[in-house]
Amino acid sequence: IATMSVFCEVPQAAPVAVFKLSQDFNNDQFPKKVNLGVGAYRTDECQPWVLPVVKKVEKIIVHDDRLNHEYLPILGLPEFRSSASKIALGDDSPAIQENRVGAVQCLGGTGALKMGAEFLRRFYNGNNNTKTPVYVSAPTWENHNAVFANAGFEDIRSYKYWDAEKRGLDFAGFLGDLESCPEHSIFVLHACAHNPTGTDPTHEQWKQIAETMMKRNLFVFFDSAYQGFASGSLDKDAWAVRYFVSMDFEMLCAQSFSKNFGLYNERVGNLTVVARDADNLKRILSQMEMIVRTTWSNPPSQGARIVAITLNSPELFTDWKDNVKTMADRVLLMRAQLKAKLQALGTPGTWDHITEQIGMFSFTGLNPKQVEYMVKERHVYLMTSGRINMCGLTTKNIDYVAESIHEAVTKVQ
Amino acid sequence: ISWWGGVQMGPPDPILGVSEAYKRDTNPKKMNLGVGAYRDDQGKPFVLSCVRKAEAVITAKQMDKEYLAIGGLGEFTKSCAQLALGNDNEVLKSGRNITVQTISGTGSLRIGANFLSRFHGPRDVYLPKPSWGNHTPIFRDAGMQLKAYRYYDPSTCGFDFKGALDDISKIPEQSVIMLHACAHNPTGVDPRPEQWKEISDIVKKRNLLVFFDMAYQGFASGDIDRDAWAVRYFIEQGHNILLSQSFAKNMGLYGERVGGFTVVCNDAEEAKRVESQLKILIRPIYSNPPMNGARIAATILNTPDLRSLWLEEVHGMANRIIKMREELVAGLKKEGSTHNWQHVTDQIGMFCFTGLKPEQVERLTKEFSVYMTKDGRISMAGVTSGNVGYLANGIHAVTK
Repeated sequence: IATMSVFCEVPQAAPVAVFKLSQDFNNDQFPKKVNLGVGAYRTDECQPWVLPVVKKVEKIIVHDDRLNHEYLPILGLPEFRSSASKIALGDDSPAIQENRVGAVQCLGGTGALKMGAEFLRRFYNGNNNTKTPVYVSAPTWENHNAVFANAGFEDIRSYKYWDAEKRGLDFAGFLGDLESCPEHSIFVLHACAHNPTGTDPTHEQWKQIAETMMKRNLFVFFDSAYQGFASGSLDKDAWAVRYFVSMDFEMLCAQSFSKNFGLYNERVGNLTVVARDADNLKRILSQMEMIVRTTWSNPPSQGARIVAITLNSPELFTDWKDNVKTMADRVLLMRAQLKAKLQALGTPGTWDHITEQIGMFSFTGLNPKQVEYMVKERHVYLMTSGRINMCGLTTKNIDYVAESIHEAVTKVQ
Repeated sequence: ISWWGGVQMGPPDPILGVSEAYKRDTNPKKMNLGVGAYRDDQGKPFVLSCVRKAEAVITAKQMDKEYLAIGGLGEFTKSCAQLALGNDNEVLKSGRNITVQTISGTGSLRIGANFLSRFHGPRDVYLPKPSWGNHTPIFRDAGMQLKAYRYYDPSTCGFDFKGALDDISKIPEQSVIMLHACAHNPTGVDPRPEQWKEISDIVKKRNLLVFFDMAYQGFASGDIDRDAWAVRYFIEQGHNILLSQSFAKNMGLYGERVGGFTVVCNDAEEAKRVESQLKILIRPIYSNPPMNGARIAATILNTPDLRSLWLEEVHGMANRIIKMREELVAGLKKEGSTHNWQHVTDQIGMFCFTGLKPEQVERLTKEFSVYMTKDGRISMAGVTSGNVGYLANGIHAVTK
């Protein structure tokens, strides 16, 4: 009976670009190859870095005989959820004191976005209103679209964000979209260190964004994947999220601890829910449980334990902040050096955006042809969009990369 | 005003509700027989030695925490498939399976449901009656419709073989049929090999797509190969099955969320296409799976002395359950019960469908502080040599 397969019609799907890039890099034999693709931190030796505080805490866990591998509650480890939300909103957040902040432990930032999207599809703007427009920035992290589409939203649009010509934020365009979009639209905002452009609104701009969103009854969904990692300061990087909370928005904030804790593969995420009051919060969380139950039942315990132990110990918390600053500082150094070298080479164009942009990524401004040149001729791997991961730069390869960019820009139009 | 004024309070989870009520009870003799997690003879959670040893090995290696591939840890998915199918299975040799790492059994079923919904819809999914409570909402959420085939016979507390065959023979072609590979949840009632053979025949005749849920391999009989017999038989018979595996119970890795989802395809080329689509499904849910549990499982499965230790410990857990079943029946006889309690020892795995009616369950809870689900299901894992006598006494009291 196996002759006629049920799956003979299943088409080959295209590979996920960012992972294919890494695969191609891995297969490349060129000795000077550089990987400026996937968003993971690298040391100056171009190695992955397990945070010292994480190593410390893992030792604590493995030696604690009281710990077992029992199921976590559906919504996750309570100590993790509350301390993670505090990180985003601030210890002294009035919303937390008013008991209207809750959270769902999720599988990474992706999982948190997924849970939020599923909840919104079911309960926002009516019941199961799949026609509610969801706005993501142009450009945005390539998985945003799929997360919301898979949750059932039929109308995913982009809001103006990146101005390729001036290599900065198209603020007028952004505001224009906020003014003209359908009421009740959902907006996915990057809390800091916008992926992929590295370009964030200023505080003044955030204030205007908030004012307009409040006026037009738009829904705020923050994606916070780089808190601490962007500027080196947890509080600085959370400014926008906290401002919106202070402006009384009911909102969702998807948090990832992949980058700032270096816990990429343990899938540590938190969906922070800011509700109008405790009663609303209770009902929201009860519905979140139903969604979790049919997706993964309950979340994985290891990563959440590491984060919870760290955040709840003053000494370890300080260690962690130091580790985060180490990563952020190295990125800032690479930015400064790359810009300096391009300027020294006399590479055509302005390169201020390299140091003005923030976080792991930089939108270089290289066009697809120039990117192709970088990859094929120079074995420097970056995304077709021109996005580079600053973490892939080291003091040892930065000259080669700067020269490569110089060549790409001068040889290829 | 709030966006969420219209959001209703979700219904309490029936099984969790049992645990909550148990926690509130102050009776020192209380028993929690709702929990679907193994307990040792002191009633405590059990971390397997092979797990602790594997963790020590892993810690010493000081590995990085880089993202896994979307489909998970290769060493894990390979050994996961081998465990289910047997190392020498022709399917593995020809590479015509795709096995991805999933978020335990639930995550596996969910990916499977999403895959079917996208590539095999609109077809109905047939569940045995009864089935694990979460099967229905998982498939429904994925957009599939659920139907049932007869399975449990309340008059015998056993398998309704005739009813099952009868219903299966009427299932529309190409529908999906869910089968519990072993240790049926919630009844503990499994078909015998001769019965599995007839089920396979009729499923073949009806051209149904088989989806096996195997959450208790090793845990049911104590023997991993014996527990996988039905899965392997069906594959031998030419069914290209879907398979969900969980390592929550058999490795005690509950909270680490370790599971696998397998699609047996016609050939390696088809498997590649299916794999690419599974990745497309997984990425917008959680991007890639968690490392810790899969690394532990892979280390155990691929390190000979850890694997032997694991097999011993799984055997030990299964044996303790079997012993508790025997002691419960003996205890009931001792109490003077005249009912036929053979089903308690006939049934297999963690759960026992006692046959108690809702009113009897209520009395057992109110008068004896024995907590279980209304359907009369008890988790044998919650029974110990210390409390089996008390349980027998209580059950006899409400059934005499």
